[in-house]
Amino acid sequence: MTKIGLEIHCQLTNLESKLFCSCKANYRQFEINENICPVCMGLPGSLPRLNQDAVKKATMIAMALNCSTPEKIAFFRKNYFYPDLPKNFQITQLNIYGDTSVGGTGSIMVGDKKIRITRIQLEEDPGRLIYEGSSSKNQITLVDYNRAGTPLVEIVTEPDFESPKQVREFLNILSDLLENLGVSDPSLEGAMRADANVSIEGGKKVEIKNIGSFHDLEKAVHFEITRQESLHSRAIEIAQETRHWDDKRKITISSRSKEEALDYRYFLEGDIPWVTIDPTIQEKLKSQMPESISSKKERYVSKYNIPNQVADVLSSDKFYSDLFEDSHTESNAKEIANIITTDLMGLVDTREKREASKITSTHLRDLANAIQAGKISRNSAKNALYEIVKTGKDLSQVMSDLDLGNVSDESELLTIIKDVISEEPQAVQQAKSNPQTINYLVGKVMQKTKGKADPKLTLDLLKKQIE
Amino acid sequence: MNLKISALSYVQEVQNGNISAEDFTAATLEHIHNIDEKLHAFLSVNDNAINQARDIDKKIKSGKKVGACFGMPISIKDNMCIKDSKTTCASKMLENFVAPYDATVISKLKEQDAIFIGKANMDEFAMGLTTEFSAYGPSKNPWNVDYTPGGSSGGSAVSVSAFECVASLGSDTGGSVRNPASFCSTVGYKPTYGLISRYGLISYANSIEQIGPVTRTVKDTAFLLNMITGLDPNDNTTVDNKNEDYLLGIDSGVEGKKIGIIKEMMAEGTDPAVVSATNDAISKLEGLGAICEEVSLDMVKYSVAAYYTITATEAGSNLARYDNLRYGYDFSLEGYEFNSYIQKARKNFGPEVTRRMIIGGFVPSAGHAGKYFLKALKVKSKLTKEINDAFKKYDLLIAPTVPILPFKLGEKIDDPVALFLVDINTVTANLTGKPAISVPFAVSNGLPIGIQLLADSNNDKILLQAANALEQTVKLPEVPI
Repeated sequence: MTKIGLEIHCQLTNLESKLFCSCKANYRQFEINENICPVCMGLPGSLPRLNQDAVKKATMIAMALNCSTPEKIAFFRKNYFYPDLPKNFQITQLNIYGDTSVGGTGSIMVGDKKIRITRIQLEEDPGRLIYEGSSSKNQITLVDYNRAGTPLVEIVTEPDFESPKQVREFLNILSDLLENLGVSDPSLEGAMRADANVSIEGGKKVEIKNIGSFHDLEKAVHFEITRQESLHSRAIEIAQETRHWDDKRKITISSRSKEEALDYRYFLEGDIPWVTIDPTIQEKLKSQMPESISSKKERYVSKYNIPNQVADVLSSDKFYSDLFEDSHTESNAKEIANIITTDLMGLVDTREKREASKITSTHLRDLANAIQAGKISRNSAKNALYEIVKTGKDLSQVMSDLDLGNVSDESELLTIIKDVISEEPQAVQQAKSNPQTINYLVGKVMQKTKGKADPKLTLDLLKKQIE
Repeated sequence: MNLKISALSYVQEVQNGNISAEDFTAATLEHIHNIDEKLHAFLSVNDNAINQARDIDKKIKSGKKVGACFGMPISIKDNMCIKDSKTTCASKMLENFVAPYDATVISKLKEQDAIFIGKANMDEFAMGLTTEFSAYGPSKNPWNVDYTPGGSSGGSAVSVSAFECVASLGSDTGGSVRNPASFCSTVGYKPTYGLISRYGLISYANSIEQIGPVTRTVKDTAFLLNMITGLDPNDNTTVDNKNEDYLLGIDSGVEGKKIGIIKEMMAEGTDPAVVSATNDAISKLEGLGAICEEVSLDMVKYSVAAYYTITATEAGSNLARYDNLRYGYDFSLEGYEFNSYIQKARKNFGPEVTRRMIIGGFVPSAGHAGKYFLKALKVKSKLTKEINDAFKKYDLLIAPTVPILPFKLGEKIDDPVALFLVDINTVTANLTGKPAISVPFAVSNGLPIGIQLLADSNNDKILLQAANALEQTVKLPEVPI
């Protein structure tokens, strides 16, 4: 049986500051080595100053993944030399002297499969290495410390996955969960990174390091299983080793130099006192946590009678569910869910489009209300939505700019209806005996008004005229 | 100009208009110029001190609000960062390191119009107790220049003892303030762990060390503590002392106080002169109404071993950042790959630092941690329990600061184990986080002896009251310079 375990590194991108200083957690907006200070540069004499908000957010992740949460957490030093590590040790967490990381064991359901979580820890991200130069001879390594010290949550799973598909499903759930918690934006480059360990039946455990995105994680796991199976089928032994993911060639490659068993000399970080997260604090955090995706979905179905599949899509995506939450009322909920899932999602299907989109919850509410009041047809609503997303103009403005409003003026409509009646004498006759035929006449009115006639009013007026 | 005045007298003299900050600073600089070639208390002297003193005098004359130090010249151990000044830790490794920020104690003293007259010599990275491990040469004991002034804050104690400043800040990881204070006949204070922010103090063993004043009188220490203690958002380990005024009630004395005499700190091998000075101090305290009796802290006998294991572990980690990539000394990276570079770049550490980092790489390593590092942590927690129990019964504990008299430069430098044992009486306060003070109490054959008092955590005020009382019981000879 194939066994896959994951170590996922998730940046808490939505935090204001780094884990131990007040430099920005959002380091992406800075020029190289502009987002640094004595603390994150590890200058002599500087001390870490724990970002309590990061502890809260990491604890929320642990709770959302049903992990045990110890009442007291501690930080440890992991000692090793690397140019991207300003102090030459990383402040991280450890459970070997008792459970002291933000999250202990937990689990999450992926379809019918239970995936066990081993632990969740809060730690600092190192800086970023930039390699320049074409050949190994003239290669130089530059270091950008803007990222150094940004908060990272490591989620470690048991080797419970059996296929790349399960891995992908888990990653989707995890991404949605992190986004819903408001702790991270998984779509940012480098926000989600992972290591994986993969073994097939009868083989040894192979670790894959350096996977830079969730997208590549599934690919790497898939590649590795195929590689191992191909070796196995030719009766070649699968070596226990560490491999690196080459994200250009999309393959795993053996780490050429045999990695020495590094001794990290873990010990307690004395500069950060133990943090108490007692049951009272835990309860408070729970109450501050946004509603979970599954609970949202349930509510959408039971309260608003929204179809299961629509509720599923709507609840799992924070962007859409936030829009829905802010715009819906009891009476228009279904209509809004409909607009979002059938029309809006097609218009803003990429990160760039979402960011450029000008739509607000007010737009959605207005649009749904206008449809329900018969002021705009569903067809025209689609066009209005397109314009709103592009320009952000008010619905009323858009309707008048594009002449999208329903014709609901009785006398105007009556003139058109009379025209239709005189043009279609045969249909009018039939309609008198067969009420079904009247829809044909409504269609004709619609044609003449380019779909803008208020359908209900048209029907009423037609009936009166024919009788 | 009389430089031989306490910090409190200095403040009074300036306030009364008897002296100006500028004149006093100028006289101090001149004295340093004349004497420091011999004593080597300083690694660098503040060229701008006169101008700073002049500005403070202007503030005084114009009636503007002036900080409590009134331009008092203070020396700072060279392991604390002063913005735009060299901070070398007496190491070649930081030969060219100019701090881009102020330590918290420095910004607090700046606000109080102190003048940092110079950076004081020390053992490299505060590892040592003689200043002989300074990469820039040892300091000399003003009582006898053939003798060590103690360490690692040797430069601080020498500068105070020899009137090259009014007061000084040192740091105490295992006795580094109290030991040189004892050897140079000054007051040396190690506060409750967390009382003074360590932000800007270059870490050696961060879980147990503290910045501490070196002064002429106990009251001067209280005066400095009033300015530099308290919660600091930049140091998560600081404690809230609610703006305690340590001078208030400092003359309360020791009447009715119960004092335990630590048996293990007067054990065999203690110099007879030190024993007799300690007994004398005990009688004096009893004379003031204190009740003294012997108490045993069994774990003290393992304390030095535990201390060196823990400090080496933390030092190995704290000093790992000195890879010369971002600051340090002139050294070209050209032609090295990372591992060989690291090896080469870190060769600039001196012998004692190197020794402790090698130990620090070993004692917490997988496979050895159980035998060494974790065992040392057990000793630490047992010792803490013992001393906590003792403080249920006693208000204070007493012992000699150092079991032996000051020794000659070069006498013990080649015998690290003998050197380690000199720390036996001081490391307990660090391992347990308790406040401790060394009070100058006797001079034997021209060599000073200090008495150490300890109190329970956050009882710094009671400790200072007792030390102040003890200090008043003796009149010591003047330093022969």
